[in-house]
Amino acid sequence: MGATLLVTIQVDMLDQTALALQDDLAERIAKTGASGVMIDISALEIVDSFVGRMLASISGIARILSATTVVVGMQPAVAITLVELGLSLEGVKTALNVERGLEVLRRAREESGLVG
Amino acid sequence: MSVERVGTLLLESEQHVVASRQTVRALCQLLKLSLVEQTKMITAASELSRNTLIHGGGGRMRWEVLQVGLRMGLVLHFEDEGPGIADLKLAMTDGWTSGSGMGLGLPGSKRLVGDFEIDSAPGRGTRVSITKWK
Repeated sequence: MGATLLVTIQVDMLDQTALALQDDLAERIAKTGASGVMIDISALEIVDSFVGRMLASISGIARILSATTVVVGMQPAVAITLVELGLSLEGVKTALNVERGLEVLRRAREESGLVG
Repeated sequence: MSVERVGTLLLESEQHVVASRQTVRALCQLLKLSLVEQTKMITAASELSRNTLIHGGGGRMRWEVLQVGLRMGLVLHFEDEGPGIADLKLAMTDGWTSGSGMGLGLPGSKRLVGDFEIDSAPGRGTRVSITKWK
C-alpha cells in the first residue's frame, strides 16, 4: 500500500508558511509515492479564505499526483464560520477525527485498487 | 456610551496579519464572547487585515471597546490610504475579486459580523468598520 503523509498544523500560519506547506507537500507526495495525505487542523482556531484555499489547492495537487487528501479535526466553530464566510471547501474530503480520516483513506485506496 | 479601551496595530506585513488575529482574539475574550462569535470576529479580522495589506498597500487596525449600558461592544476599523475601491457594490458581491483571492473577503466578513460599514473611493483609501456586541 502507498504511504500516508500526516500533517499537523499547530500554529497560526503566515500566508507564506501556508504556501510553503503546499509546495513541500506536493514534493513529498511525489518523492514518497504516498497515496494518502491527512491534514490535522484540530489545533487551528480559525480557517480564513486563504487557508481554506490552501487546503483546497493541496487536495487538487494531491489528486493530480494520484493521492487522496482528507482534512480532519475541524472545530465546530470553525466549520460554522467557514459556511457563513461562503467557503464550501468543494473537493476537499473531511473527517471528524484521525481515526475516521484513516478510514476515508483506506476506502479511497480500495476503490483505486491498491490493497492494504 | 463610554469608550473603555482603544488601540492601534500597524498592518504592513504578514506578521501583522497574524498579530491582528491574536489581538482580536484577546479582545473577544475580554468581552467574553462565545467561541462561535469569537471565531467569526477573528476570521473577519483576518480577511480584512489581509485586504488592508494586499489591496490597500498596508495601513492599520484601530480598535475600541465600548460600553453602552450593560452591553459591551468591540469595534474594529481597518484603514488604508491605498488606491480605494471604485465600485463598492461590485466589491461587495460574492465571488468578485480584483486579484488572486476568492472574492469572499468583504461580503464574507459582512456576513460574519452583521454590523459592517465601508467607506472608500478612488484615491481616498478604504476604511472598513465592523462591530460585535456582547
